[in-house]
Amino acid sequence: MPTTDTETGMAPDPTAERALLEQFDAIVERNDRVEPRDWMPEGYRKTLIRQVAQHAHSEIIGMQPEGNWISRAPSLRRKAILLAKVQDEAGHGLYLYSATETLGPSRQELTEMLLAGKQKYSSIFNYPTLSYADVGTIGWLVDGAAICNQVPLCRTSYGPYGRAMIRVCKEESFHQRQGYELLMTMMQGTDEQRAMVQESVNRFWWPALMMFGPPDDESPNTAQSMAWGIKRNTNDDLRQRFVDMSVPQAEALGVTLPDPELRWNEERGHHDFGQPDWDEFMQVVKGNGPCNAQRLAHRRRAHEDGAWVREAALAFADKSGGLDTPALVPREGYSTSETEEVR
Amino acid sequence: MSDRREWPLYEVFVRGKRGLNHVHVGSLHAPDDDMAIRHARDVYTRRNEGVSIWVVRSADITASSPDEKDPLFAPSGDKVYRHPTFYDIPDNVPHM
Amino acid sequence: MSHSTPDPNAAAGNVYDGLLEHHDVAGDDSQWAFGTDFEDPLAGVDTTVPDDVDAHELATYCLMLGDDALVLSQRISEWCSNAPDLEEDIALANIALDLLGQARLLLARAAAADPSVVPTLPEGSPVPAEDALAFFRDAGQFRNLRITEVPNGDFAHVVVRTLLFATVRLSLFTRLAESRDPVLAAIAAKGVKELTYHRDYAGRWFLTLAQGTDESRRRLTAALAELWPLFGEPLSTHPVEAGVAAAGVGVDPAAVADEVDVVLEQVFAVSGVDRPGAAPLAGVQGRTGRDGLHTEALSRMLAEMQVVARAHPMGKW
Repeated sequence: MPTTDTETGMAPDPTAERALLEQFDAIVERNDRVEPRDWMPEGYRKTLIRQVAQHAHSEIIGMQPEGNWISRAPSLRRKAILLAKVQDEAGHGLYLYSATETLGPSRQELTEMLLAGKQKYSSIFNYPTLSYADVGTIGWLVDGAAICNQVPLCRTSYGPYGRAMIRVCKEESFHQRQGYELLMTMMQGTDEQRAMVQESVNRFWWPALMMFGPPDDESPNTAQSMAWGIKRNTNDDLRQRFVDMSVPQAEALGVTLPDPELRWNEERGHHDFGQPDWDEFMQVVKGNGPCNAQRLAHRRRAHEDGAWVREAALAFADKSGGLDTPALVPREGYSTSETEEVR
Repeated sequence: MSDRREWPLYEVFVRGKRGLNHVHVGSLHAPDDDMAIRHARDVYTRRNEGVSIWVVRSADITASSPDEKDPLFAPSGDKVYRHPTFYDIPDNVPHM
Repeated sequence: MSHSTPDPNAAAGNVYDGLLEHHDVAGDDSQWAFGTDFEDPLAGVDTTVPDDVDAHELATYCLMLGDDALVLSQRISEWCSNAPDLEEDIALANIALDLLGQARLLLARAAAADPSVVPTLPEGSPVPAEDALAFFRDAGQFRNLRITEVPNGDFAHVVVRTLLFATVRLSLFTRLAESRDPVLAAIAAKGVKELTYHRDYAGRWFLTLAQGTDESRRRLTAALAELWPLFGEPLSTHPVEAGVAAAGVGVDPAAVADEVDVVLEQVFAVSGVDRPGAAPLAGVQGRTGRDGLHTEALSRMLAEMQVVARAHPMGKW
């Protein structure tokens, strides 16, 4: 096994370690990518695990608030779009868990840490979805905020994370578009529908602003994460970018953003805006949000209910050698013929 | 596999269209090779990107060093995707 | 050995090339699989009903097949975020999306063949025919098989239900691809590929659970015993089915019973599971799902499915 101290991840020889650190810093410095087998400072590894796992958990927990409306989608087209979207979130979670797994912990371990409350997910998903308009608002504002956060992460210094993010971002743009398009369509519908949209925007605007994290002067991890190239922009930068982006979109939609302080500042070339309720944010982060317990209980139940299935599949793989299983049924039609298996 | 409680990790390679190489697109978990192919089809080609899929157990991949001057601690013949864990695991996470 | 700084947005040979180009522009939706929006299976298909075919009978037959897909899709989509692992969550969502796509095409075909089957909505309602059919009919107007509507159980339950359903439907659709109704033929041709995959997926899990652990085998046989009595209905002939079969536009389920039997027998044999002996569930005065006579579960399911649409009969979505 590696000649490292497994406690610290440091090579035992200080000279060698300095050389490794220099090499690592040089990679980050020239905007190159760090890959799984490269040496990396233990702090970098831990920070990445925390961030990527949190991101993965957010995708998986994020399936719930929107999944809440799949069964009640008001048209078959919307049902298909919403189901495809929530399915994408499962895919995104899967990509991101895979990226985290290159850093050490397995998906099982990550899931257990989520369920034990040792790792977080985005607080936005601890807010309830109360009308079908919320599906649109989540797409527009929440996915919009996520895109602001995520597009820069395609250039993050850790290779597997960046590659996962490219795939996530490609699919995420559809998510935002479908949300905005739903709201546009509803705004062209009845008065009740327009009221539903405005009510939903009123509820989600502030939580969406909170998604960028606390203000920079209260965000202890930002500087180190930026130095390491894990993070590319500060929380406040991204929040400003999001507000500037959302204002004209809200106008086009015909909804009012619920912030009396929101106005264009000619001098700054940006919008001024009010601050979200950071006390509420802290309450939600601490676990006292409207849906924290519900979301975790749902995830725990699904995970525990599935244990016998996962176990059965492993038992079957053991018995059958995990190799060729007999063709159960003729396979014409589905293109297994085009699927080349590598053994 | 030391931990039989978790489905092993597979790497997925997809040929986007005829004439191209298979390209690594990501990973997934599956109980065996056959299931891994099915999962790959569901997870990585659900928008018809791929015409051909390969899957291989991550543990079966032998990798060279990322660099000619191998870092001191990197053993040759390491497994590339499941990086040996330097991760310190919380005490109460079972089955480690 | 190129070692230049990679631009991840332009990774050469990346199979996802081309997708990011549309990153923040509206427009090309073609790469996104929104069920049937993915490709139009009816492109270039003649949609007129053949002269000698009873349009109402054809429409009713389309409702039967469409309602089967719609109701089962609704049940399978309830698995979303509840599956044993992420990979299965994605697989089940794919199946639900395929069935939803089939339902939309079939309901639209029913409405086109005979507009009188579509519920009447307030003057000026923008609700399209497929949605009027899905959201504004009551349980007694649904023509689906009862096996599609009973509530979900555990993972073994969805495996067994999908296996039984997809096996019959695949046999039907394989023949239906030769239908004299060009629209039904095109819908069936598309469905065959999907159903082959559903059957294969469910068959593989059936074997896995049968041979996995004692617990999985117990659950599998329990699910099979529970669903088997509902499996008489899919293979018996309803007068509407007999009519469309005689006209060459539909398929009589009884005609595929032997073929279905062979496939299931093979799955049972490989899995080491005994074929259940339970008798088929009776109807009520001879009426079953195909006649609009359902289990108690359907109206409850529809109440949830239809609640938003019905609250907004003039709504645009």
